[in-house]
Amino acid sequence: MTTPAIQHTNDFVIKFANVNGSGSASANELFARAIIRMGVPVAPRNIFPSNIQGLPTWYEVRVSEAGWLGARGGCDMMVAMNPQTWDRDVAAIDRGGYLFYDSTKPLPPSKFREDITVLGVPLTAMCNAEYDDARQRQLFKNSMYVGALIALLDMEFAAAEQLIVDRYRGKDQLIKANVNALRLGYDYARQNLPCPIGLRVKRADAVGERIMIDGNSACGLGAVFGGATVAGWYPITPSTSVIESFSSYCRKFRTDPDNGRARYAIVQAEDELASIGMVIGAGWNGARAFTATSGPGISLMQEFFGLAYFAEIPAVIVDVQRGSPSTGMPTRTQQSDLLSCAYASHGDTRHVLLFPQDAHECFSLTAQAFDLAERLQTPVFVLSDLDIGMNEQLCAPFEWDDSRRYDRGKLMSYDELEAGKDFGRYLDVDGDGIPYRTIPGTHPTKGAYFTRGTTRNPYAKYSEVGTDYVYNMERLRRKFNTAKDLVPAPILTKAAQPTHVGVIYYGSTAPAMAEAGAKLAADGIHVDTLRVRGFPFSDEVMQFIADRDAVFVVEQNESAQLRTLLINEGEIDPKKLVRVLHYDGSPITARFIAGKIADALNDRKVSPIGQPQRKVAS
Amino acid sequence: MTYLAKPKLLAADAPRNALGYTRRDYEGAISTLCAGCGHDSISASIVQACFDLDIEPHKVAKLSGIGCSSKTPDYFLGNSHGFNSVHGRMPSVLTGAALANRNLLYLGVSGDGDSASIGIGQFAHAMRRGVNMTYIVENNGVYGLTKGQFSATADKGSKSKKGVINSDNPIDLAALALQLGATYVARSFSGDKEQLVPLIKGALRHGGPAFIDVISPCVTFNNHAGSTKSYDYVREHNAAVNRLDVILPKAQIEASYPPGSLRRVVQHDGSILHLRKVGVDYDPSDRIGAMNHLQERQALGEIVTGLLYVDSSGQDMHAHLNTVEKPLNQLGDAYLCPGSKALEALNAMLR
Repeated sequence: MTTPAIQHTNDFVIKFANVNGSGSASANELFARAIIRMGVPVAPRNIFPSNIQGLPTWYEVRVSEAGWLGARGGCDMMVAMNPQTWDRDVAAIDRGGYLFYDSTKPLPPSKFREDITVLGVPLTAMCNAEYDDARQRQLFKNSMYVGALIALLDMEFAAAEQLIVDRYRGKDQLIKANVNALRLGYDYARQNLPCPIGLRVKRADAVGERIMIDGNSACGLGAVFGGATVAGWYPITPSTSVIESFSSYCRKFRTDPDNGRARYAIVQAEDELASIGMVIGAGWNGARAFTATSGPGISLMQEFFGLAYFAEIPAVIVDVQRGSPSTGMPTRTQQSDLLSCAYASHGDTRHVLLFPQDAHECFSLTAQAFDLAERLQTPVFVLSDLDIGMNEQLCAPFEWDDSRRYDRGKLMSYDELEAGKDFGRYLDVDGDGIPYRTIPGTHPTKGAYFTRGTTRNPYAKYSEVGTDYVYNMERLRRKFNTAKDLVPAPILTKAAQPTHVGVIYYGSTAPAMAEAGAKLAADGIHVDTLRVRGFPFSDEVMQFIADRDAVFVVEQNESAQLRTLLINEGEIDPKKLVRVLHYDGSPITARFIAGKIADALNDRKVSPIGQPQRKVAS
Repeated sequence: MTYLAKPKLLAADAPRNALGYTRRDYEGAISTLCAGCGHDSISASIVQACFDLDIEPHKVAKLSGIGCSSKTPDYFLGNSHGFNSVHGRMPSVLTGAALANRNLLYLGVSGDGDSASIGIGQFAHAMRRGVNMTYIVENNGVYGLTKGQFSATADKGSKSKKGVINSDNPIDLAALALQLGATYVARSFSGDKEQLVPLIKGALRHGGPAFIDVISPCVTFNNHAGSTKSYDYVREHNAAVNRLDVILPKAQIEASYPPGSLRRVVQHDGSILHLRKVGVDYDPSDRIGAMNHLQERQALGEIVTGLLYVDSSGQDMHAHLNTVEKPLNQLGDAYLCPGSKALEALNAMLR
C-alpha cells in the first residue's frame, strides 16, 4: 500500500542537510527570504557543529502562514546534500514526505524509502558542465538546488531573483552569475520533475511590518541605542556576534562625522575575567559598559559579579546561553544559566535578570538594561540564548521614543557637593536601598571615596563592625525589592475560558508556548499563561501562582531553574509548580509542551476548565 | 604603625605647591601596615611626586588588587577616587576606567603576589595593550597578609623566615614589561626615596604604559638573612644605571651637569627627563640593550635600578582605538543614541 504524499500549502517544514563550510548558508537564507517576500512567515533555524569546515550542518525552515515561529519538529521535505548524514536524514523524513537529492551518482534502492517521494537533480553533473572553477562549482550548486526548489514548491522565481539583485546591488556580474545558477536549477526541475509537488508556497499577506534579524545583532544594536560606550569581551560561541554587531553599528552610528573618531571603545580582552573587569572599571568611572558571553564565561566572571554587586557598580552582561554544564553543547540551545546568574558569586548575592523572547526584545531589553544597571547600581544580565541569538527570525520592527532620556541613576553632582550636601556612598537616603554615587573627577575636594569589596560603613570607610555589615546587607535587600517594579512586567495571556491551570514560561520558549496554547485550546484544554520577563519577580508573578491550583513552568533546562527561583524567592509550595522541561539542545516545540501538559493533566485527572478550586493539585 | 589620628592643624609655613595645596592634601588615611614596611615609604613617595607635579588630586584615579600593597591606595591621595578591586585583576578594572575617561591620571598599585602570580595575565595584557597608566608593583617576594609564603618574584635559593629554601625560578616583572611593550620601565627600592620619587614623577607624566618595580622589604616576613628582598641585601646589591630628574615644561632648568653625563628625553606632555649617568654607560632608549643588561647583571647577583627604558614616541590604547578627545563617560544622549529615524531606516533594510 502506498503512503499518500503530504499535501500542504504554506504550512510545512523543509530541512537542508549540508556540510559546514560549503557555502550553503547564504543559499538557504535566500530560500527562506524568498518565501517571506511572498508574504508567508517562515522560521529558519541553523543546526550547526562546533567546527569550521567539514562537519554536518542543517538548516530548517518552517513555513507557517498561521505565523507559528517556534520549531515544529518533524520534516516534510529533506534536501539531502550531505552523504555523511544520508541515512539519518532519509530516516528523518515524515511518512509521505519528500526527499530532494543530487542524483549525479546512482544510489542503490536500499538507500531510499518506499513511503516518500524522491526528487533527484544531477546537481554535480550540471555544475561540472557549467563551471570550471572548483569553488564556483560548490557555491553555485547551492543556488541551483534553491532554483529547483522554487519550481518544485511553486514559488515565485521573481521573488528570489529580486533578493539577489538587492543583495548584490551594483555588482552586476555577481547578480548575473547567481541568477543564472538559480535559473539552471529551476529549468531542470520544470522540465524533468513533477512540478509542483504537494508542498506549496502561495502568496499571502501574513508577514506585515515585521523585520527579519537575529537576536545577537539586535542585542548589539540595543547596546548602541542604550548608550553603551565601552565593551570588553572575549570570543565565545554563541555570543561573539553580539560584539560584532555592536562594533558594526558603532562604526555606522557612532563615528564622529567631523573627524572620523570613535565615540565608543571595544577591547577584546585576554579572557572573560578581564572583560568583566573592564566593564566594571568603566561602569565605576561613569561610562555605560557591557560584555557578551555564554555559560563558561559566566562561570569565570563570578568573583567580579560579587564585587560589582557589593561595591554597587553598574554593568550589563548579555549571556547568550548554550548547552551546559562545562563546555556542554556549545552550538546548541538551552536556558540553563538562570541560577548561575541569579545568585552569581560567593556569599549572599542576588542579581537582576531580563528574559528577551525574540530579537525585538533583545533590542529593547538590552537598551533598557543600561538604565536599570545605572538606576540600581548593579550588574544586569540579559539572558538570551542560542536559538534566538543566532537564528534570524521574524519579529516586530524596532521602536525608539526620541523623548526618552538615559536614566543615569543617583549621581551626586559637583553643584550638590559644592553646596555641602551630605555624601555617604552607601547611605540609604531615599529608603529605596539605592545610595548616591560620585564619578571620579567630580569635585576637587569633596565626594571622593574608596571603592572596595570589603565591608564598609555608609560613608565608605573600611569597617569590620557587625552592625555596619548588617546595615549594608539589609539595604541591598531593600534595593533588590526596589528592582521588582523596575524590571519589565510579565505578560499575561488569559485563556478563552475560565481555568484554574496556569503556565509560566520565558525567553525563547515564547513562540512554541503560544502555539502550544492554541493546540491545547483546540483540544478543550484551557490554560492562562504568564511570560516572565525579569527577575526579581514582581508581585504579579506571585499573584498569578497564588490564584491558580496548578502552574506548569516550561523551561529549556534539566533542573527547572526558573521553578527553583520561584520556589525560593516566592516561598511557593513546590507541589504547585509542575515541571515541563526540554533540554536536548534543540529548541522546544509546541508539540512537546502541549503533549506534556495534556498528559500531566490527564494523569492528575484534573479538569482544567472551570473556576479555581483554591487547592493544590498534586 | 600609629593608632593616632593625624593632627588637623597644619604649620602655617607648610610648603604649598602651584595649586596652593600642601603635602597633607595628598595624604590619605592612617596606614595600618607594619611599622617600617617598605610600602609606606612608597606611599610617601607617591604623595611627594603628586605634590611636586602640582597634580589636582581629583584628577587621579588609584586602583589596586588585593594584598598588603593593594591596601595602600587608602593611605595616600585621600581626595582621589580609589578602587580596591579583586586579587590580580587591577589591570582590567583600570583599563576599563581608562577607557571611560581618558583625561584622568591612572595609578595602579599592586604587589608581587597580585601581579606576578594570580594576576600575571592581566599585568601582561595591560602592558601590551598600551594602557596609559603608572603601574607600581610593591615587590617584597612574599605574601604578607597570609603570613609569609613565597611569591613568584622570590629568588631561587632565597630563604623564608621559617627556613624554607625557594626552589622555583623568579619572575622578573621589569624584564617582562620590557618584552611586553611598556614604554617606561623602571626599578627602584623603597629605601631610596631620592631615586624613587623622580621615577614616579616621570611615570605619572608619561603618556603610555609606565611600569615601576619597587623592591619593598617586608619587615615582618622577609627581612632576614638569606632573603634577597631584605633592606640589607637590596642596599648591598643595588646597581643603579642612572639618576633621574623630572623637569616640568614651565620650570626653569637650574641644574648643571658635567658635559657628556646627561641624557635628555622630552615626553609627550612636554615634561623633560634628565638622566644622569651613574657609573656604567647605559642607554635607556635601547629596549633590547636594557633586557640584556638586566639579565647580565642579574646573573652577577645585582639588582639593577633606575630608569631602564623610556620611549616617549609610543602611542597609548586610546590612540590605537581612535577614540574621541572628549571622555566617553561625558558624551550626552545626543552623541550616543542614533534616534528613531535611523531605526526606521534600519527596519526598512531588514524587511
